[in-house]
Amino acid sequence: MNSTIARLAKFVSIFLAVVLPTAAFAQGVGQPVDGALGFQESVTPIMDSTKAFHDGLLVPLITIIVIFVTALLIWVMVRYNAKSNPEPSRTTHNTLIEIVWTVLPIAILIVIAVPSFGVLADQMTTPDGERQYLGSSIFSRADGEKVPAPEVTITATGYQWYWGYEYNDLDGASFDSIMLSDADIAANKPNEPRLLAVDNEMVVPVGTTVRMLITAADVIHAFAVPSFGVKTDAVPGRINETWFHARKEGMYYGQCSELCGKDHAFMPIAVRVVSKEEYAAWAEKLKAEDDVEAANLTLASLK
Amino acid sequence: MATATADHAHDHPTGWKRYVYSTNHKDIGTMYLIFAIIAGIIGGALSGFMRWELAEPGIQIFPGLASMVYGHEWESAAALDAGKHMFNVFTTAHGLIMVFFVVMPGLIGGYANWFVPIMVGAPDMAFPRMNNISFWLLPPAFLLLLLSMFFEGPPGGMGTGGGWTVYPPLSTTGQPGPAMDFAILSLHVAGVSSILGAINFITTIFNMRAPGMTLHKMPLFAWSMLVTAFLLLLSLPVLAGAITMLLTDRNFGTTFFTPDGGGDPILFQHLFWFFGHPEVYIMILPAFGIVSHIVSTFSKKPIFGYLGMVYAMVAIGFVGFIVWAHHMYTTGISLDTQRYFVFATMVIAVPTGVKIFSWIATMWGGSMSFRPPMQWAIGFIFLFTVGGVTGVVLANAGADRSLHDTYYVVAHFHYVLSLGAVFAIFAAWYYWYPKMFGYMYNETLATLHFWVMFVGVNLIFFPQHFLGLNGMPRRYVDYPDAFAFWNMVSSVGYLIMALGLVFFFWTIIESLMKKRQAEDNPWGEGANTLEWTLPSPPPFHQFETLPKIK
Repeated sequence: MNSTIARLAKFVSIFLAVVLPTAAFAQGVGQPVDGALGFQESVTPIMDSTKAFHDGLLVPLITIIVIFVTALLIWVMVRYNAKSNPEPSRTTHNTLIEIVWTVLPIAILIVIAVPSFGVLADQMTTPDGERQYLGSSIFSRADGEKVPAPEVTITATGYQWYWGYEYNDLDGASFDSIMLSDADIAANKPNEPRLLAVDNEMVVPVGTTVRMLITAADVIHAFAVPSFGVKTDAVPGRINETWFHARKEGMYYGQCSELCGKDHAFMPIAVRVVSKEEYAAWAEKLKAEDDVEAANLTLASLK
Repeated sequence: MATATADHAHDHPTGWKRYVYSTNHKDIGTMYLIFAIIAGIIGGALSGFMRWELAEPGIQIFPGLASMVYGHEWESAAALDAGKHMFNVFTTAHGLIMVFFVVMPGLIGGYANWFVPIMVGAPDMAFPRMNNISFWLLPPAFLLLLLSMFFEGPPGGMGTGGGWTVYPPLSTTGQPGPAMDFAILSLHVAGVSSILGAINFITTIFNMRAPGMTLHKMPLFAWSMLVTAFLLLLSLPVLAGAITMLLTDRNFGTTFFTPDGGGDPILFQHLFWFFGHPEVYIMILPAFGIVSHIVSTFSKKPIFGYLGMVYAMVAIGFVGFIVWAHHMYTTGISLDTQRYFVFATMVIAVPTGVKIFSWIATMWGGSMSFRPPMQWAIGFIFLFTVGGVTGVVLANAGADRSLHDTYYVVAHFHYVLSLGAVFAIFAAWYYWYPKMFGYMYNETLATLHFWVMFVGVNLIFFPQHFLGLNGMPRRYVDYPDAFAFWNMVSSVGYLIMALGLVFFFWTIIESLMKKRQAEDNPWGEGANTLEWTLPSPPPFHQFETLPKIK
C-alpha cells in the first residue's frame, strides 16, 4: 500500500516537474523565474521532501477535490435547474451519504498527515549523522538518505535592514551583508539580479551540513532561502536553530520574510555555496584577518 | 411631543434624529451597511494603489503619493523613504479596514441586525439602545484609524506600517510615533462595539425567539450569528488585553513583549492569534448562514442535513479557538507544538467539507433558478472551496515552511475572505435588497456585476499562488524582476474587478431611480423564512403580534 502510494507520488512529481516550467526553463538556480508556476529548484534534502510532499501529494489531491466539487456543481446546475426538473424533491436527510462525506475527508486527511508529520520532523531535527531523512521519498524513510552532522555553525542576525553573519567556528569572524544598489550591481556584479544581490554573501561549503542560529537585533525578521526549504523567524532576545545541507554549488537567494519596516523588501539573503576546498581557503583567510573582503578576493582568485 | 402619544409604541423620530438616536434594528442595520460600503470604497482604493505600485518591478507610485500627501520634496530621498513606509501603511490600513470596518459591519452589523430579529420572530434586538451605541462607536473608531495615517509612525514616516497583526517590537520600539497609539485605540473602540453587538445577538437569540421556535428550528443564519457572537465575545477581550499591553509597553515602560525586561515578542503573537484565528471564522460563519438560505431558496428545497449544518458551524467555532499557532510555524515553536497545531487545523476541514457537500446536496434534486443571489452563492461555494483546499496545504507545517509569509498566503486568505466573505456579502445584498429597501433591481445589471467581478477577483488572486510558490514574500513594495509577469496579471485583474464595482453602484442607482416596488416575497415558494412574510420594506416595528412557529 505504502509503496504504491510512494510510486504514485513519485510519478506525479516527475510529471509535474516536466509540465511545470519551473525546473525545465530555469535560467538560474536559487532564484525565482518569471512566469513560473511552482517552487524554485531544490538543492537540499529538506526542500526535496517539501517539494515531493507539496507537488506530489497535496497539489494532486486538492486539484482532484476542486475538480470534483466543480463537477458536482455543474452537474446539479445542468440536471436540477428549473427547466429540466420543475418539481423539486423534498429530501432533507440521507444518513449514509452524510457519514460518507464526513469519513472520506478524514481518510484523505490521514493520507496527508502521515508524510506531513515526517516532512515536518525532518525540518525540525538537526542531523546527528545517524538519522535517516526522507528526501523525496516522503512515504518511506527507508528509501531516504543519511545527512551528516553539522560541521559549520553560522549565526545570522537580522538588522533594520540588512543581515549580519557570524561564523561561530572561525573565532566568531563576522561581516554584514547589504543589498547592492542598481548602480553597484551594474559596476561590480552585472550578472546578478536586482534586489537579490548583496555585497558580501554568506559563504558555505557544498555537501556539508550547516547549522544556522538565527536572531535579530531590533525587530522581528525572517531568514528564508526557498531553494533550501528554510524559513525561520529572527526574533530579538531569542535564538532559533535551523539547518541545511546544500548539494550543489551556486548562488542561492532568499528575502526577509517578516515585515520589519520600510526596507523590508530590501534586505535579501544571498548564500554562496562553494566547493569544500574553496570554503577552506575562504574560511582560513576570514579567520586569520576577520576581513571578509580579503577572504572574498581569495575566493575569486581560486575561480 | 405630548407624552400621551408615546405610550403605545416607541417614538418614531424623523430626519437626522431617526438615525442618530435610532434604536431600531432595521435603521441601525441600514446605517451599518452604508458604513461598510463607504469603508469598503476606502479600503478597496488602498489596495488599488498597492496593485498599481506592484504592476511592474521598481518603485513607481508611492514616493510621489507621499510627496503629494505629506509634502515631501518631489523625488527626494525623504520622499522615497516616506513612500516605502507609506506602502506598509496602506497594507496595514487595507487589512484593518477590510476586517473591522467592512466585512464585520457588513455581515454582522448590517445583515444580522436587519434579519436575525426578523428571522427569530422578534420585534427588535434585546437591547435597542446598546445596538445604537454599538453602531455609533464604529465611525469614531474608523476616524481614529484614518487619523493615524497623518501622525508620525517610525522616524520619517507617517502612519502605522506594522501590518494588521501589529507584531512587536515593530509596533513598539520600531514605530515610536503616536500613529500606532491611534491605531490601537481604534481597535479598542471597534472591539467594544463588537463585544456589545455580540452580547445583543446572544441575548436576542436566546430570549426573544417567537413561540414555537426551538433552537433546532431556528434559521441557519441566526445559528451562524449565535456561533459568531460567542466567538466575538470570547476572542475580542484577548485582543483587547494584548493591545493594551502593547500600549503600556509603548507609553509606560512596561516590558511584556520586550526581551530586555523579561518579556517576549512571541507572547504577543500567541495572544493576537488566539483572537485572530477565531476572527477569520467570525468573518466567514455569517457567510455560511447566508449562503444556506440562498441555496435553499433558489433550489426550492429545504436545507439538506440541517442539524449537520448547525453542528458543523458549532464545531468550526469551537475548533477555531484551538488552532491559533498555525500562523506561527516559523517562529521557533517546538516540533511537538507544531505537530499538534497541524493536526488540529486539518480537523477543521471536516466540518467545512460537511457544509460544502450539504449545499450541493440541497441543490441536488432541486428546481434551481439562477437569479443574482444564487449566482453569487454558487460563486461563493466554488471560491470558498479553492480557498479551503489551499488552507489544507498551509495547515501542514512542512509545506508552510516554504509558503509562510509569501503571496501564497495572500492568495489563500483572499480566496476565503475577499472572494468568499465578500461574495456572500454581495449574495446577501441581492437577496435582501428588495426586502430592505422595497425596490427591485435590474437583474441583468446584477448578473453583469457578478461575472465581471468573478473574472476580476480570480485574475487578481489565482496568480498569487504561483508568486508565493516561487518565493515572493508578502508586504513587499518592490520585488525581483522575475516576479513581474504574474504581478502584472494580478494588477490587470484589479482593473476588471473595479469595473465590476461600477455595475454594483449602477445597479443601486438604477433601482433607486426606477422605483420598481418589490413584492413581499420576490423569490417564490423556496423563500420561507419569516422576513418574506412581511411587506417590502417591513414596517418600522414588525410582529406586534408574535408569529407562532409550528
